Amino acid sequence: MSNTVGMKKDSAAKIMTSIKSSSLSILRIIREQHIWVFLFICMVVFSLASPYFFTLNNIGNVLTQGSFIGFLAVGMTLVMLNGEIDLSVGATLALSSALAIGLQESIGIWPAILVALLSGAFFGFINGALVALSGIHSFIITLGSLMGIRGIVFIFTGEEALMTSDYSYTEYPEIYIGPVSLTAMIFFGFALFFQWILSKTRHGLETYAVGDNEKSAHEAGIRVRRHKVINFTLCGLLAGVAGVLLSMRLGTAEPNAARIWELWTIIAVVLGGTRLTGGYGSMWKTVGGVITLAALLNGLRLLNTPNYIELIVMGTVLVLALILDKTLTSSQSR
Amino acid sequence: MNEIVLTADSILKKFPGVIALNGVSFDIRAGEVHALMGENGAGKSTLMKVLSGIYNPDEGAIHHRGKKVIVKTPKEARELGILLVHQELSLSPELSAAENIYLGDWPTNWFGIVNKRKMNAAAKTALDELGCNFGPEVLVRNLSIAKQQMVEIARTLVFNANVVIFDEPTGTLTTTEKDQLFEVVRSLRKKGVAIVYISHKMDEIFEIADRITVLRDGEVQCTVNTCESTIGEITNRMIGRDLDQYFHRAKSEIGNQLLSVNKLTIRGFFKDVSFSVRSGEVVGLYGLIGAGRSEVAETLFGVRRQDSGEIIFNKQKVSFSSPKQAIEKGMALVPEDRKSQGLILGMGGRHNMTLPHLSLYSNMGVPNVENELQIFEDYKTKLEIKTTGPEQMLSDLSGGNQQKLVLAKWLCANPKLIILDEPTRGVDVGSKSAIHQYIATLAEQGLAVIVISSEMPEVIGVSHRILTMAEGRLVGEYTGKEMTEENLIAAVSGLTTA
Amino acid sequence: MAILKKASETAKKHGLIGGFAIFLAVVSFSSPEFLTPGNILDVIRQVSITGMIAIGVTFVVITGRLDLSVGSMLTLLTVLVVDQHNQVGPAIAIAYTLFASLLIGIVNGYLIGFMRLNSLIVTLAMLSLLQGATLFYSGGSNVNVTNPQETWFRFFGRSEFVDIPVPVWIFFFSALVGSFVLLKTNFGRWVFSIGGNETASLFSGVQTRGVVLIAYVISGFGTGLAAIIMGSRVMGAQSTIGQGYELTVLSGIILGGTSMLGGSGTIWRTVIGVTMLGFVQNGLLLLGFAYYVQWLVTWAVIILAVWIDLAAKRGRVFV
Repeated sequence: MSNTVGMKKDSAAKIMTSIKSSSLSILRIIREQHIWVFLFICMVVFSLASPYFFTLNNIGNVLTQGSFIGFLAVGMTLVMLNGEIDLSVGATLALSSALAIGLQESIGIWPAILVALLSGAFFGFINGALVALSGIHSFIITLGSLMGIRGIVFIFTGEEALMTSDYSYTEYPEIYIGPVSLTAMIFFGFALFFQWILSKTRHGLETYAVGDNEKSAHEAGIRVRRHKVINFTLCGLLAGVAGVLLSMRLGTAEPNAARIWELWTIIAVVLGGTRLTGGYGSMWKTVGGVITLAALLNGLRLLNTPNYIELIVMGTVLVLALILDKTLTSSQSR
Repeated sequence: MNEIVLTADSILKKFPGVIALNGVSFDIRAGEVHALMGENGAGKSTLMKVLSGIYNPDEGAIHHRGKKVIVKTPKEARELGILLVHQELSLSPELSAAENIYLGDWPTNWFGIVNKRKMNAAAKTALDELGCNFGPEVLVRNLSIAKQQMVEIARTLVFNANVVIFDEPTGTLTTTEKDQLFEVVRSLRKKGVAIVYISHKMDEIFEIADRITVLRDGEVQCTVNTCESTIGEITNRMIGRDLDQYFHRAKSEIGNQLLSVNKLTIRGFFKDVSFSVRSGEVVGLYGLIGAGRSEVAETLFGVRRQDSGEIIFNKQKVSFSSPKQAIEKGMALVPEDRKSQGLILGMGGRHNMTLPHLSLYSNMGVPNVENELQIFEDYKTKLEIKTTGPEQMLSDLSGGNQQKLVLAKWLCANPKLIILDEPTRGVDVGSKSAIHQYIATLAEQGLAVIVISSEMPEVIGVSHRILTMAEGRLVGEYTGKEMTEENLIAAVSGLTTA
Repeated sequence: MAILKKASETAKKHGLIGGFAIFLAVVSFSSPEFLTPGNILDVIRQVSITGMIAIGVTFVVITGRLDLSVGSMLTLLTVLVVDQHNQVGPAIAIAYTLFASLLIGIVNGYLIGFMRLNSLIVTLAMLSLLQGATLFYSGGSNVNVTNPQETWFRFFGRSEFVDIPVPVWIFFFSALVGSFVLLKTNFGRWVFSIGGNETASLFSGVQTRGVVLIAYVISGFGTGLAAIIMGSRVMGAQSTIGQGYELTVLSGIILGGTSMLGGSGTIWRTVIGVTMLGFVQNGLLLLGFAYYVQWLVTWAVIILAVWIDLAAKRGRVFV
């Protein structure tokens, strides 16, 4: 008799704990991927506020608009997971965009694109090599290259916007699957590819290990310096890709293109939940951050809010995201 | 006798200002647990870091299976089969258990793609062998300390280690977790692995070790078979001197109650801690690392806030929200970690000394440099601090002199109560005895002193009364003749004698 | 090894100044007007705005933190002071501006000091917020002082005292006061101690949170003063007037040799840093280079300066 009661109690307790643990795991998912919850709320609010927001066309727009920051954010995520930062991505984008258009007439479209991409990778490599060799924090190095590369852009363009003379050039990225543009597809392709790199390859595992604890990574035999150079190079290359695609979309390359985009990029990545201190984050989070940022901007524009609102919202959201992250991690550690 | 796997031959290792290892020779046989004992700063950790390739020795040689080897990096050590299970775990929290086991040496194909199936399978075998109830794919972030340690140990199985070095593995483990760990150690021994086991805990050593080597001041004192030795002998060898002769217990008049703590609790750190301290009294607080000692001290001092319980200091109920308030009321804390909590190493002695009570040395918010220099010179003479001058950066001073400076920093404001958390950690013998003597002087001047330490001879030598702490609770109180090593060990390892 | 160390030490001590002297010589050789009193005063007048901001930011940097919001703050406050000047007169406009600068400093300082959030992100967010606030306030259009010739507001940016422009005087006195506070007061000690070791400072009874907050308030206040000078000099403002200033200011501070890790630095180094930057920029312009070439040069100079400093500290060039 007492035995069966005991067993009932036991199984009841088991059910309780399983409920508890499953609700805990939902909480944990929300805690770790809170950006998607945020995106969902954004979508609902804007869909209610504007009938144009939740249409196929507009969603396609959001994705395309977000892609340019997206490329930068994917590269920035790699660098940030290492515990570093790259402030020069905006300038690198402007340079590759200028090269892609400016060199077309002399060397042809495809070679120009190639040079543009290589220039991105090259300056990424320079950043990485300087960081790895000098031991100066990447914040200072890339703060310098932000100015330096922008200077090169101005020298190359002679302070004027360059225009393509070949109109077919602007039609290359005009390929759509449903509402999704080629640019957006390439962005998702890269995000997927680098998520795969992060979770499946040696380089990806190294990224986390280095970002978490550089010293023990080195002791475990990881070549930390070479590793960082690779990630900076990839970050530069991705900025190059963004530059080329932007030049195709606009048909022009302005010397001031992508000014302060490095800030938007950092906002997108941090909003996604990747930490500045390194070792924590993923491409999924960054994709979430990028789409949320794009949806926010798009939604606010659809509502015809004046442009200052988006700046204010962005600043506020960023601080809130930081506070949220802080509270969640401290409650986790206690 | 089993084959000798690893030999260290006359290892010499110098650091700026100290000789950490002075001609240390040492060997380990297959299938034995060889304990390495010694006080803090005796050179145990340095020796282990030399063997596992983290430090390179200045002189001497290492032989592995009879061949002379040069182990430059941990990776090379690992390739030889020498693995270190760190005291402070060195895992990457965002990687899975299996990924951590293979850290830096993941099985990959030509394109750098990690063969997760192979890796997880091998990791699972190892974890199962250790009796772990978690899978290889769980993130290390979600594992407890004990389980993280199992992940480190699993590394030794996966890489087929023939020498495994445990550096203070039970520091933060509970009793059951410790028993599980010992099971693992025994099974490794059975497989013929040579095991080096570093620990402070005498009872553990006598439970698990086959041989014991004692280090003191960077030199080997003796190597003995455990069954032929006693705790007393080892202790003597470790300390190398008669206790009473070297420690100075204050001959002070014990005055009124100054501090009384009632049911102090911070969830997750310590619970229902109650005790009192009187002026002129030296109270020892003994316990292992992780027992909650430092947390209690930090709570008294206002670094942490208690969840419940009260503190009465100098007949007033107090609850400090910052160290500033505690300092103003006459409390001082010499924290556990000199480098990260005690001093600003990039600043000079003068600046460091007056930092906690700048207002005493300043007029309208402007420090009076002459007063500062005066007090600096006073304490420099009083404590015999060796420094070239008041502006010499503290990072250039030796550990002992740094620690004296921390003491000076707190004493120059004449506190009523001083809490010393591990006051002689990483300090040379000479400075150590100077610090002990000074503690006695302080009590004789009427200060209340709390000495927190994990060095038994030290607590016994300087205290009038000893409180023991284990797993966040006060577990015993000893005075006079009851203050023996046996009693203290029994108290903190959960055996009942008191 | 020893030779290398000695060489890098010499380079550290004299290299930057030496290089700068060579630069001055080359420029003045090819452009005779470079080292004329008129041009020098011009450069220093331009530098005084960057310098005012940099003095405040130096406090923040010594605590081991960053302030990237100063550029946007300069824009907002300049727009504010000019617009309010037309509406309520110079005195009240200045009061409003300084009040606003303190308020922004408090918000930054509260979020970073008390809530312990990352300073890079917080001030980045503030950058965006303040840009928004500027557009909100001005609607994006330019504002101009309606009576530039009559108002006594012109004193701050356009007049001279003993043949030296007033902004230079303000800059000089701010540097004196800042240097005194940093080197001679308890507060200065605390700033250094927090940058040197925050935990140890806390354990030593330093009110770390409050000190960090005040550092940001100082940074805001310096920017407020700079905005008054800027407004008075230009007698107008547009919504991009302060763009990029955060980077110029940081470059100057880094060039002066203040470590971004905190715990070391002086106001005079900052003053020297921003002044050198000013002369380099001016010199390149006089040599006929387009203004953007200076960015390229700044890049090289900063990295070289920091690298030499680090190399001297660790006794070798590479990590």
